[in-house]
Amino acid sequence: MKPTLLVSALALSLGTAPAFAQDRLLNVSYDIAREVFEALNPAFAAHWQATTGRTVTIDMSHGGTSRQARAILEGLPADVVTFNQETDIEVLAEAGLVPDNWRELLPNGASPWYSLPAFLVRAGNPKAILDWDDLAREDVAPIFPNPKTSGNARYTYLAAYAYELARNGGDHAGAQEFVAAIFASVPVFDTGGRAATQTFAERNIGDVLVTFEAETGGIAAEYAAQGLERVTPSQSLFAAFPVAVVAQNAERNGTAEVATAYLEWLYSSDAQEIVAQHFYRVTDEGVAARYADSLPALDLVTVDEVFGGWGAIRAEHLADGAILDQVFVNQ
Amino acid sequence: MTIANPIHLPGQSRMGARVLIGVAIVLSILFIAAPLVFIFVRAFARGWEVYLANILHPMTLHAIWLTTITALIVVPLNVGFGIAAAWAVAKHRFPGRGLLVTMIEIPYSISPIIAGICYLLLYGRQGLLGPWLQANDLQVMFALPGIVLVTMFVTAPFVAREVLPLMQAQGTEQEQAAVTLGANGWQIFRRVTLPNIRWALLYGAVLCTARAVGEFGGVSVVSGNIRGQTNTLPLHVELLFNDLNAVGAFAAASTLTLIAILALFLKAALEGRR
Repeated sequence: MKPTLLVSALALSLGTAPAFAQDRLLNVSYDIAREVFEALNPAFAAHWQATTGRTVTIDMSHGGTSRQARAILEGLPADVVTFNQETDIEVLAEAGLVPDNWRELLPNGASPWYSLPAFLVRAGNPKAILDWDDLAREDVAPIFPNPKTSGNARYTYLAAYAYELARNGGDHAGAQEFVAAIFASVPVFDTGGRAATQTFAERNIGDVLVTFEAETGGIAAEYAAQGLERVTPSQSLFAAFPVAVVAQNAERNGTAEVATAYLEWLYSSDAQEIVAQHFYRVTDEGVAARYADSLPALDLVTVDEVFGGWGAIRAEHLADGAILDQVFVNQ
Repeated sequence: MTIANPIHLPGQSRMGARVLIGVAIVLSILFIAAPLVFIFVRAFARGWEVYLANILHPMTLHAIWLTTITALIVVPLNVGFGIAAAWAVAKHRFPGRGLLVTMIEIPYSISPIIAGICYLLLYGRQGLLGPWLQANDLQVMFALPGIVLVTMFVTAPFVAREVLPLMQAQGTEQEQAAVTLGANGWQIFRRVTLPNIRWALLYGAVLCTARAVGEFGGVSVVSGNIRGQTNTLPLHVELLFNDLNAVGAFAAASTLTLIAILALFLKAALEGRR
């Protein structure tokens, strides 16, 4: 049949044509990272040219990271991954594409920047929403997606839970009541973050949108006419944005050197400055200090400290009939 | 059921017809016309310059190019396949003929995403042919060949299904007459069969093009969404939309809509001649 001929011809001409004159890198990333990498990549290309004299082109693929991990397992030739879920890099490590010790290969658990669930409120903050306990008030309607389908909302759920746990001195029953009270006043549970944003900003439903702080700036800018305001709660949950070289692919593509240099460069103060401009929290202290106004200090807790890691969260909170199902009565 | 008052019936049915027509018009406006208009309203929400800048963005241009090249490969192949399949089924008797007709129609009833996943299971890294392809450095999935294959699968029935009924209705008398007059196979096809089916063929090709250009589900599985490389126009629309770039998304969508409207007019023009 014709198609087989066509496939081999096209595959030869297009599939893996190596670029001899320059380095080429495929960065497979999460779905809302386009702007930050559009700013980072030219800066890295300039840095690479200055230090090695070679040019580099960085191709980007954006999508939900579980889906991206799946595509890499099926042969998407990623050289590096820059994700927003650690579990999705674990999947690649289990398949042998990424070394098992990937967290130790780069500083801060291989997370060059991080974020946390934060709030976006209506112009002038008419309901005076400042912290998680305001979300549990009867007159406040929070908007966030369905935590059963959205990783973003799972962080919201865990952050609210951890907040109340810290406030009431470790009373889990109280924390569950608190989260149930927040869930009870959510008017719509969309399946994903993008749909929740539309519900809040375009359909004008709800008083406060809960999402990653890194997204609040972009959403406020897109709906600038509405004057939405960013609010940082007093405590929130650390959300890692982990990165790794997909060693197996990079070796085959001959990109291991530039791939490693790229990820290490993300920790440089030049890169961290760019990242902070996109409302991510960075680990470089000098840069963090300069952006303290737009990214104010707060108490950050981690999944490991409060919940004993993602494995425990899956078993105790997210499994069918577990705590999330019990408090999430109006799904 | 009895007709209680036949004298009133014509008046009632005229009334009923008016209501039905009214409902149809309102629904068409709500569900078809309004969303189409809205695409252009949103695309031009920030003026001509922003619209043009979005269309002329290198990534959007590449997506347009990729979708065009995919259609240029897929449509001729499917026209060839459609004619061959319809010819075999309509003009010949052979065992398994009914099975072939069913096979042609399979892509109609399978969700494109299933098609994408099947191709992945066959040609992907963990797939049946994956290790061999990898050993020979052939990238089929997450590259143009994968996009072409899936699009071809999804659009395979369009030409065949248009041409087949016509060929069946026309029978084989004209071809047999041509044979008795000494025509060879190619002459019969070119001079007798092709002129008889040309409008149906064009009609099928237009449908096939429209579907190939708009294909999303199957392609999204095998594309890998690499910007400037494997991002087709429909995928690009979704990407821009998720990026909070509404104007860009609707600008890209407007080019797709224009192609669809063009196909619709071509289709309407061809329908009369078919």
